[in-house]
Amino acid sequence: MNLRMIHPLDLRQGRVDLSHGAGGRAMGQLIAQVFHAALDNEWLRRGNDQAALAIDGARLVMTTDGYVISPLFFPGGDIGSLAVHGTINDIAMAGAEPRYLSASFILEEGFPLADLERIARSMGDAARAANTVIVTGDTKVVERGKADGVFVCTTGIGVVPAGIEVSVERVRPGDRILLSGSLGDHGIAVMSRRHDLQFETQIMSDSAPLHELVREMVAAGGADLHAMRDPTRGGLAATLNEIAGQAGVGMRIREAQIAIKPAVNAACELLGLDPLYVANEGKLVAFVAPASAATVLAAMQRHPLGEDAAIIGEVVADSRCFVQMTTEFGGERMVDWLAGEQLPRIC
Amino acid sequence: MKHATEYRDGGLARQLAARITAEAVGRAEPYRFMEFCGGHTHAISRYGLEDLLPSSVRLIHGPGCPVCVLPVARIDSAIRLAEQPGITLCTYGDLMRVPGSRGVSLLRAKAAGADVRMIYSALDAIALARAEPQRQVVLFAIGFETTTPPTARAVRLAAQMELENFTVFCNHVLTPAAIQNILESPDLREFGRVQLDGFIGPAHVSTVIGSEPYTFFAEEFAKPVVIAGFEPLDVLQAVLMLVRQVNQGRHEVENQYGRAVSPGGNEAAKREVAEVFELRKTFEWRGLGHVPYSALRLKARYGQFDAERRFGLRDLAGRDVPGCQCGAVLRGVKTPLDCRLFGKVCTPESPMGSCMVSPEGACSAYWTYKRFRRGATEESAA
Repeated sequence: MNLRMIHPLDLRQGRVDLSHGAGGRAMGQLIAQVFHAALDNEWLRRGNDQAALAIDGARLVMTTDGYVISPLFFPGGDIGSLAVHGTINDIAMAGAEPRYLSASFILEEGFPLADLERIARSMGDAARAANTVIVTGDTKVVERGKADGVFVCTTGIGVVPAGIEVSVERVRPGDRILLSGSLGDHGIAVMSRRHDLQFETQIMSDSAPLHELVREMVAAGGADLHAMRDPTRGGLAATLNEIAGQAGVGMRIREAQIAIKPAVNAACELLGLDPLYVANEGKLVAFVAPASAATVLAAMQRHPLGEDAAIIGEVVADSRCFVQMTTEFGGERMVDWLAGEQLPRIC
Repeated sequence: MKHATEYRDGGLARQLAARITAEAVGRAEPYRFMEFCGGHTHAISRYGLEDLLPSSVRLIHGPGCPVCVLPVARIDSAIRLAEQPGITLCTYGDLMRVPGSRGVSLLRAKAAGADVRMIYSALDAIALARAEPQRQVVLFAIGFETTTPPTARAVRLAAQMELENFTVFCNHVLTPAAIQNILESPDLREFGRVQLDGFIGPAHVSTVIGSEPYTFFAEEFAKPVVIAGFEPLDVLQAVLMLVRQVNQGRHEVENQYGRAVSPGGNEAAKREVAEVFELRKTFEWRGLGHVPYSALRLKARYGQFDAERRFGLRDLAGRDVPGCQCGAVLRGVKTPLDCRLFGKVCTPESPMGSCMVSPEGACSAYWTYKRFRRGATEESAA
């Protein structure tokens, strides 16, 4: 990640603030200066959302994720289904088949058991629907006020099919950028239920497991499917900037190709948000060699979770790693990282 | 949303741009128009409108960004308040990241233990005061005429409810006073450093105050004003209307935003504001200095809701970061690229000045949307 334009962290006097969890440059800096510095190894250095491991000839993928979303229940899902889908998706973004999950719960004293049971059942339903199993777990309870209801951490393991290598370092100039559907549904659905916002909308979270869509894409694209990532926190803008920085390339996208539902646009107007920065939980962006782009796109469009898929732009050579967009007006603008912490606890 | 997309039609935009190109001719100097409001600055950058305009039309960013014009001293006062035990400071999102004199922002103060809460409307602060009667809830209120009526409403509600733990730290400012100050500034009058041919007037502000307040300086300073909406087509149409006024030697107040702005504005909102607020003799603006009769404070009758009175706040002497050019940028005298801090030590993640904090600030808009226009070598050296 390109971090040169921000001050180094003050590791003696500084404190964690909300921007360190917002998915932008500040979070990248925290990870680089604190975690990578302490834990450095070849897998972390790759900067993927998951690690690909070779164990006794088998190619495995492992990932872990914490869920602190507020509110716990929202249109289209809850913290339980989200914790299953999110981890399955991080596995799937390596082109892998998710197999086993673990779940760890941090519960606040006083949390209603009925809500906990609802969350657990939702996790079970989500895991079964995706043909995965939660095979181990952990439970901790902290005093009232030391957590907010329930936090969930899930870890996942998946298997990579032979001949498939989907990783950010394979992104290169000329690659087509494919987006699987419309942006911003999850973030807007969650915000519509925040106690301090609360507005009427029909929008549901897009939270969904993407591994079956990915299976079709892998079959269609093979080795030409270079990389994938799900644009969660920080939205499409953060994901494209992250990958541009990691792969050392630039990107050019076209606003006219990016699908956004009218109701999401309306809510973004109301809240002063740009949908490019709003979180998704059931979308992916893929980088595909030009020769296979049309084939992969057609495979995506045949799957229900990819029927609105489109080619939204190309990877270009650019040492500055800029993501630029042609607006619907024909003007040019940057699509930069989001600075700040507009929407804490969206996942 | 059909309503918004109607004002974002790319084909119509190109037609308007072609008309501007055809009509903005016949002058040696470019036509220079200031968009007063940060909302316009943001729209121009976000939609890449300058790419559509001919080189004969230049847009100059004005000071109409409430976060940007708030002087460091007021941020310092807010941080001091928030650091006091028992006080909860409520504020809007952008303000959290503006650095004060010591480089400490409200966000940092919050991480260090101050009780700072992000709110979305003034009424959230009232709700908080009712829910937590043991805490003193202070609403850090900023903004131009658009955001003043909700603050007035909150104060009146607090009075009706006889809330004893709610106050407002009032930083509401007035648009016409700022425009007049720019037109009277030495930069413009004496040195001729800034040539201005007209103003794009703010839409939302004018829905409250109406279009009449602009007639004085349109006549006095012989500058046309076109009040425009914030959609990209609104801005382009306003530019065309300004070009035509200049070509015809007119200097009138025209209203592009007729769908929401009337000459007299919103009488009910104006009454509510007049009930609660009165003019301050003077108020410090970042960039413009002390501007007479340019801001509001609570009337004595609502004095118990005035945080400055209740907590005995005295004006602090704040200090801008040395080298920060926000002041000159806000007056339209310099562009963000003229600032040596821009993009080197000052970025949206670690802003040195307020213009880099708010998405409506000129520096943030340049950095976020237009950075690619600079040479590649310059960027990689930064």
